[in-house]
Amino acid sequence: MNNPADTTPPRRAIDIVNASLKRRYARERRFRWLGATAVTLGMVFVVLLFADIILKGYTAFQQTYIQLPIELAAATIDPDGTRDPATLARADYMKLIREALREQFPEVRDRRDRRRLNSMISVGAPDLLRERVMADPALIGTTQELWILADDDIDMLVKGYIDRNAPESDRRVSDQMIGWINRLEAEGRVAKRFNTIFFTHGTSREPELAGIAGALMGSFYTLALTFLLSFPIGVGAALYLEEFAPKNRWTDLIEVNVNNLAAVPSIVFGLLGLAVFIGFFGVPRSTPLVAALVMTLMTLPTIIIASRVALKSVPPSIREAALGVGASPLQTQFHHVLPLALPGILTGSIIGMARALGETAPLLMIGMIAFIVDIPKGFTDAATVLPVQIFLWADSPERGFVERTSAAIIVLLAFLFVMNLAAVLLRRRFERRW
Amino acid sequence: MNKTLIAAAVTLAATTLSTQAMARDTINIVGSSTVFPFSTAVAETFGRTTSFKTPKVESTGTGGGMKLFCGGVGVDYPDITNASRAMKASEFDACQEAGVKEITEVKIGYDGIAIANSKSAGAWDMTLKDIYLALAKDVPDGKGGFMANPYQTWKDVNADFPEIKIEVLGPPPTSGTRDAFVELAMEGGCNSIPEIKELKKTDKDKHKAVCHGIREDGAYIEAGENDNLIVQKLVSNPSALGIFGYSFLDQNADKVQGAKIDGVEPTYDSISDGSYPVSRSIYFYVKKAHVGTIPGIEEFVTEFTSDKAWGPEGYLADKGLIALPDDERAAVAEAAQSLKPMEKPAN
Repeated sequence: MNNPADTTPPRRAIDIVNASLKRRYARERRFRWLGATAVTLGMVFVVLLFADIILKGYTAFQQTYIQLPIELAAATIDPDGTRDPATLARADYMKLIREALREQFPEVRDRRDRRRLNSMISVGAPDLLRERVMADPALIGTTQELWILADDDIDMLVKGYIDRNAPESDRRVSDQMIGWINRLEAEGRVAKRFNTIFFTHGTSREPELAGIAGALMGSFYTLALTFLLSFPIGVGAALYLEEFAPKNRWTDLIEVNVNNLAAVPSIVFGLLGLAVFIGFFGVPRSTPLVAALVMTLMTLPTIIIASRVALKSVPPSIREAALGVGASPLQTQFHHVLPLALPGILTGSIIGMARALGETAPLLMIGMIAFIVDIPKGFTDAATVLPVQIFLWADSPERGFVERTSAAIIVLLAFLFVMNLAAVLLRRRFERRW
Repeated sequence: MNKTLIAAAVTLAATTLSTQAMARDTINIVGSSTVFPFSTAVAETFGRTTSFKTPKVESTGTGGGMKLFCGGVGVDYPDITNASRAMKASEFDACQEAGVKEITEVKIGYDGIAIANSKSAGAWDMTLKDIYLALAKDVPDGKGGFMANPYQTWKDVNADFPEIKIEVLGPPPTSGTRDAFVELAMEGGCNSIPEIKELKKTDKDKHKAVCHGIREDGAYIEAGENDNLIVQKLVSNPSALGIFGYSFLDQNADKVQGAKIDGVEPTYDSISDGSYPVSRSIYFYVKKAHVGTIPGIEEFVTEFTSDKAWGPEGYLADKGLIALPDDERAAVAEAAQSLKPMEKPAN
């Protein structure tokens, strides 16, 4: 380089820049490309997940029914003609359905075959018929063309989840039953109708009778109580720590601990709930009350941290102006600072609630993994919640629960989506920038 | 703000105290996840056909259920616990100490554990010894000692088997199915090797370690508690085998097939008569002190032990329960319905 014979002029800065320019542009392009790939890959996985769940689950929103002309004989339902609800409730509705079914297939005489024929009807069908008759006693004595709920095996067959060409021994529906169903289908007596049971009933061991109403109500009570407990405590704590508390070692210690609590695995809160709320205070197991207490502990740090950030972002000039015109510190906070910080606080709270909605791990410990048929009517009724219901259905051997698991996931995702959307909208609507 | 906090704390304490004194009108059932599908089916039918409320059934595992059940007498403690094995003497003692004196034991039936593979591959016919050699952590090295399991393919285990890599999907150690599999299949297999059987007499601990250890080098894959997942994985991987309860085999007979073990296929009949080697009895236990306090316990036991529920043609058979033989079933039903207290178990 230092050869005096070398005639090239010394390199200028611009040459160095020019020389490296191509490489720098390439680097930037590479980085952009990598970023775009990462985003695309993420989107592809989300789409795949959603597509898989929706494809598996959408069929659960329809349910197979068989139309039968049912003679609602007064002699069976109400022999004395009193229309007494207790008598109507006790009547043997299964007999009416079976008689109607037998009339469709008069050639089936063998006892075994009749049993098989009867097994095409859901064990819950008589209850649905009873509700129908009790709601409208005028039907008694008439013959009605009614849609009767089919058994889950028939439902799976009609929906195409059971391969009709598989060897007979390999499927739960015999050739004979397929023959009967084909005949009913040809007569237009088999139809898939909207599955209202899924939204109005509690869980069941029969897939065709299983619904998410019980889990939904359990989730609702749990979340409502969680919000009622954690929102005032969380916002109050944040307000005190941010605005009133002296800055010393103790408040530092509290702050560090609040931040730590936000990162504690949720199962730990479950263990704590078991030991303290159930073991020490004697709160009943498997109730929305105990679940809400545990969830409150879990969401408090999230709410406190979000609230403090929101309070911090309110400019000090607002506080000073309020104090300047003679407001007391408490009035300053409640009349001026808190309303301005509320959008941020609500966003944080909703995200905390959404997390609580999807949580299962702490509930394992406090007895929420339970089979509960009755829909809870209050905070101290035994209940389960949506994610736990999904877990229990995923573990059930019956084929019909596969689609129901996915359908319940769709409902849960819809709720999470709505909650997150609300958080975004609230922020958009009320956010003020300074 | 402090006032708000105190007020909140007071309301909280008040609600908890008021609920504590509350009576209970639903039966509480806890216990084994294996018995859960049967217990829930009876609970639902019971709720539907009687005027009592539908019992609450919790899936806590056999051990967890025993702990809750033996916690004491009163509305805070469960009335019935399900178990995929008989109550141990230690658990019986714990119950006695807590004041749970009279317990009725009800044997419900059998549950088989199937070793299955995809229908798209050939059927398996293996012995307990093959299972042990394929899955044990340590196997005899032929010189009187033990070595880490060297077998990589099924052909290494038994020359009659095809040369397929050993891949078995099974439940994790927390599962009752795993406990039963280890006790019935692994221990049965290792006792068929004479030198290990000798070991039981001389060194019991060593015998247990050898028989109960499952290999951790990837040949045995812990697939979680979800048996449906194992079925799905078997379908997508025809060379793998899976271990799960008989009811899942029964429900998915179009997708998977059960392997013959010691020449016996896992069917309803072979498990019922005891010829299928990997099967166990399942139970539930009733707290007699609660009868009369909590409404419906006697009626629930009657419903469970009626032929329309647990009989060979009953609705539980449809859920995969293997019924007891007729005479035993009648005897157990009579003892259960009269709530006969059990004796202390031998071990």
